[in-house]
Amino acid sequence: MKKRLLTLALALVMALSLAACGGGSGGTQPAEDSQPAGDSQPAGDSGDSGASGTVYYLNFKPEQDGDWQELAQLYTQETGVEVKVQTAASGQYETQLMSEMAKTEAPTLFQINGPVGLANWKDYCYDLSGSALAGELSSDDFALMDGSSMSGIAYVIETYGLIYNKALLEQAGYTADDIKSFADLKKVAEDITARKDELGFSAFTSAGMDGSSDWRFKTHLANLPIYFEYEADGIGDTEAIKGTYLDNYRAVWDLYINNCTCAPTLLSAKTGDDSVAEFVTEQAVFYQNGTWAFGDVADIGEENLGMLPIYIGVGDEASQGLCTGTENYWCVNKNAKPEDIQATLDFMYWCVTSETGLEYLCSGDHMGFVIPFKGNLESSNLLVNIANEYVANGTTSIKWCFPTMPSEEWKNVLGSALTAYAADQTDANWETVRAAFVDNWAAEKSK
Amino acid sequence: MEKSIKRYFPVFLGPTFLAFLIGFIVPFLMGIYLSFCDFRTVTDAKFNGVQNYVRLFQDGEFVHAFWFTALFTVTTLILINVIAFAVALVLTREIRGTNLFRTVFFMPNLIGGIVLGYVWQLIFNGILSRYDLALKISAKYGFWGLVILICWQQIGYMMIIYIAGLQSIPGDLNEAAEIDGANGWQRLWNVTIPNMMPSITICTFLTLTNGFKLFDQNLSLTAGEPMKQTEMLALNIFNTFYGRVGYQGVGQAKAVIFFILVVSLGLIQLNMTRSKEVQQ
Repeated sequence: MKKRLLTLALALVMALSLAACGGGSGGTQPAEDSQPAGDSQPAGDSGDSGASGTVYYLNFKPEQDGDWQELAQLYTQETGVEVKVQTAASGQYETQLMSEMAKTEAPTLFQINGPVGLANWKDYCYDLSGSALAGELSSDDFALMDGSSMSGIAYVIETYGLIYNKALLEQAGYTADDIKSFADLKKVAEDITARKDELGFSAFTSAGMDGSSDWRFKTHLANLPIYFEYEADGIGDTEAIKGTYLDNYRAVWDLYINNCTCAPTLLSAKTGDDSVAEFVTEQAVFYQNGTWAFGDVADIGEENLGMLPIYIGVGDEASQGLCTGTENYWCVNKNAKPEDIQATLDFMYWCVTSETGLEYLCSGDHMGFVIPFKGNLESSNLLVNIANEYVANGTTSIKWCFPTMPSEEWKNVLGSALTAYAADQTDANWETVRAAFVDNWAAEKSK
Repeated sequence: MEKSIKRYFPVFLGPTFLAFLIGFIVPFLMGIYLSFCDFRTVTDAKFNGVQNYVRLFQDGEFVHAFWFTALFTVTTLILINVIAFAVALVLTREIRGTNLFRTVFFMPNLIGGIVLGYVWQLIFNGILSRYDLALKISAKYGFWGLVILICWQQIGYMMIIYIAGLQSIPGDLNEAAEIDGANGWQRLWNVTIPNMMPSITICTFLTLTNGFKLFDQNLSLTAGEPMKQTEMLALNIFNTFYGRVGYQGVGQAKAVIFFILVVSLGLIQLNMTRSKEVQQ
């Protein structure tokens, strides 16, 4: 009896494992199916129609995943071309791109962040010069060139600054007009901190150094000292940064971490969600982020929302504007099948010219992007409109210089150093930050 | 019977062997080849000799990761085995609810490493935040956090192996020793432990290799913070491969070194403990 039971159990296990095998091969079937469909069409004639190819877009922005999925479906309905959109988790784009690119069904459309990303992926970038999409660009500044080859095309322009809650600022007895320089910002923030218990809120949201939020400081905030150094030296990139304005970087970082909702030692555990939550539940006045975060912060009411330049006490602060630029460049995979490349080019063109595409890209209900293409629509993203106002008022926008940062590694090391410094604000720890900023820049650039 | 086994063995062996080939041998050989290449994606590689290995040994972080991992492995190896053995001894006495205890102690092992890492991160940060501290601000916290996590996860598993070992020791051996006048300690050292050597071999092997190969928990608990001081070998390899432009080959070379390291340490340990095993 026992033996029979054992046999039965073994048989069951075998059946299960076979079923698993069956399931596995079943799972791969759809992928196999799409291949013959592509192959059976006469390849070569890539120009006439994209109908034979498929598009596979590896999307960088998790916030917009849902919109891309919908847009892809609409495109398929309209043209019959299959569009697959996959989105990498926050901070995992390079990792995922690397493994996806190794597959037979590699992404046909992917993105890189600028010159540094280009150095890594240039062997995979299709030359977009002369394409219909390139013709739609509102300015050639938004093309990413590798020599004479147009490797990437920016698809969104973004702006960041210090988002603030007008109502809370007024409760504290100030308005945005009181903040015209770093000294003003420091005075206001420290005053709020001094009266924290009475007011019931803090100056800044927690400067979370968790991976979901640390890019706001190791990349976006670090952009300011880099920008001012480039401006002072009249350059656009450098092999060895001098760190001229690191003291200002330290001052603004001190201000952020010592006037926020929690003790600076706790920052390493704080996430991006924590920051948003603190801002939306009115625990803090200032929140450093950009136009892409509009959906997150809109809850406090559009009438309460404002954005200030990030002052660090350098240059002509009276005319300083917000930080505007891009680190999102579309690239087409050169190694994809010709018909897939054509389908991808058609899809991109459709996105930035058709009514549906523009609606999805630009409308505040969807992605709310400002796109550097001729078809760009008036935005309903309040933060974007604030950014436009700054430009209209004649302020000088801070350029995004962080695509010239040597590597992800450089940012990560800087981030860790900032975290360590936040926990223990000594000169020795700031020296680590300085080394991560200056010495590691040269080291990483030379690799 | 024999004849049909001979005739049909490919049918039974084939699928498993194929899976082993695809899932292990091919990636392994590819990995060794790739460690001598410069590449971005694994399907398109250029041979560049031993350059990856040269760059590997210039990397101080890898050396740091090695020593951190070694320290961690030794600590957990001792803690897990001593505690698991003690728990097994207690739970083989006739105590009420032994089975319940065994089940509950084993349960942490059923939870995946990433989840465990995040759960424990919440727990540690929850406690530390009372003192305005956080897990990621000091390598000390990270180290002991990892040790606690791994002990919690693996003690139950090793305990089960030790219980099985204890139960297989014939009762008359202990009885005879007792009649001969041996006290509890003497019986433990001279009867129980020598008879337990096969279990000890297995458990030390498992804890040793688990310690060296630890990845998920490391990634989700500390992610190497602060400043890569709690980065262990597997995580260092992962970060080199995926996190750094143009370092894929170096990451691959590290993985090959890592493999040699784990295999040789495992073999040395197996030889050492096996030689102490006794035949009953």
